[in-house]
Order: sequence, then C-alpha cells, then structure tokens
Amino acid sequence: MKTAVLVFPGSNCDRDLAVALEAVTGTAPAMVWHGETELPAGTGLVAVPGGFSYGDYLRSGAIAARSPIMRAVVEAAGKGLPVLGVCNGFQVLTEAGLLPGALMRNGGLNFVCRDVALTVENGDSAFTRRYATGETIRVPVAHHDGNYFADDATLDRLEGEGRVAFRYGEAVNGSARNIAGLLNDRGNVLGMMPHPERRIETAHGGDDGRRLFEGLVEAVGA
Amino acid sequence: MKLQIFVTLKPGVLDPQGRAIHHALGSLGFAGVDDVRAGKVFEMEVADNTDDAAIDAMCRQLLANTVIENYRVVKA
Repeated sequence: MKTAVLVFPGSNCDRDLAVALEAVTGTAPAMVWHGETELPAGTGLVAVPGGFSYGDYLRSGAIAARSPIMRAVVEAAGKGLPVLGVCNGFQVLTEAGLLPGALMRNGGLNFVCRDVALTVENGDSAFTRRYATGETIRVPVAHHDGNYFADDATLDRLEGEGRVAFRYGEAVNGSARNIAGLLNDRGNVLGMMPHPERRIETAHGGDDGRRLFEGLVEAVGA
Repeated sequence: MKLQIFVTLKPGVLDPQGRAIHHALGSLGFAGVDDVRAGKVFEMEVADNTDDAAIDAMCRQLLANTVIENYRVVKA
C-alpha cells in the first residue's frame, strides 16, 4: 500500500510515522512537503504528523491547515481516503474542518509528556479494528494543546455516533469527556493526541500502537 | 485603512491562561480583580476599499477559530 506523510515546517514526528508505516506496509511512505498541491498518485493513506507546525503560530495547526497540501487532503478525505492525524496532526485536522471541535491549551497549563492509559471506545473503525472495544492500551502523549473542546450538543452527538475512538483512562489535559481520539462521520479520518507511532515494537517500551497501523493496512488493503 | 481585530474566547470556554494571569495578579497583591480572560489583537493595514465582507471572511477563515473564539473588528 502506498502511504504519504505530510511534512510542515516544524513537524518533528514525521520520521516516526514513516518508520511505523514502513514497518507494517514494507514500503517507505512518500514524504510530502506542505507546499505541494497534490498527493502522489495511488496514495491509500495519509498521515499528518506531530510536531509544532509553523511554530504553533496563531493557534496550533492553524497555519498548516491552510497550506496547499491540506486542500488536497480535505478533498481526498471527502472522497473516503483514510487520514490519520497524530498530536499536531489532530490539531491540523480540526483546524481544517475535517474533525469537529478544537484543541486548546492543556487545562493545567503544563506540557504533558508521559505514558497514559487509553480506553478503546470503538473497536470497529478502520483504525481500531485490531483492538477490542473496551480494551485498555498504553501509549505516550507529548503535548501542550490537547485539551479537547466542543459544545455539549456536539459531544453528545459524537458519543451517540460512536465517534469517540479513544478516551483517556485518567485525567491528562482537561479534555471534554476525556476524549483522546476522534473519528469523522464517515469513519475515514481519525485524529488523536497520543502517539501510537512511538509504540510499535517492544524496544519502545511497548507495542500497543502497532495494531493501529496493522489494522489500517488490513482495512485499506495492500 | 488600519484595523484592529480582537479575538477572545467565547463565554463559557474555560481559559486556563486567563486563570493563571488572574492568580498572578493576586500574588502581586492586586485586590478586587474578579476575572481575567486572555485574548489576541491583530493590528492590520489593509487597502481602503477592503469591504466588510472580506474582513469578516479573514476573521472566520483564519484569524479566529469560531468553535471557541469570537472576534470584533475596530476600524481606526
């Protein structure tokens, strides 16, 4: 499967995502610079990496969300292309309107960098199919702006539609209803603050993140 | 034409930064500060014939995230 990792000025988890994708697909992803206007032909999955795109200027992910390549990603996502956004990638996807709500400064104002417990709330999506609903996994977070906000009506709708993919099993950043990862209405876009790409082999201290990538490859098809 | 665009958090959206600033003012001994909300101001120089619809679009599409923020335009 051909995959693509977006690269913005200030991205710093792009190579981690590339390693994870190559580990499960056997093929190195295309690294696509933000100024490009099209995704490589045949791209079956786009990953939007963590980091500090454009120095977090204006709001985290705000400038990256308006970059040329994101126009192509929004269009492709509308046609069903799977898009994974991790950490800053999640912020970019909300700013681009692919996911509802916003990610604000952490409730405690601290940068939070540690392993956290996540509950898999929906094990049926393309991203979570290798996990069981209700399963607890451990992956790291490393962010300053992971405090998920949406109004109550939106939160109720997201919960009702099974779009909360992952929930923190502990207080982490003040997120509404402890939301850690969210799907779009069609189920082909996932944004999450924790970093599954940092837990793909036991040498990382655990491999709970690996199944996300394996499930995606399985769902999208080789 | 000079513009000042004020972007502030919507009422009801928690503002941990404002709360920390509020706390620090208290630490400095300033009494009677009931609340602090942090926001942003953009000072812009735009063509004189820039219409209100275009200014509004700039605010909605980039300067403010209307999920969490309100904006107010002041023409100087």
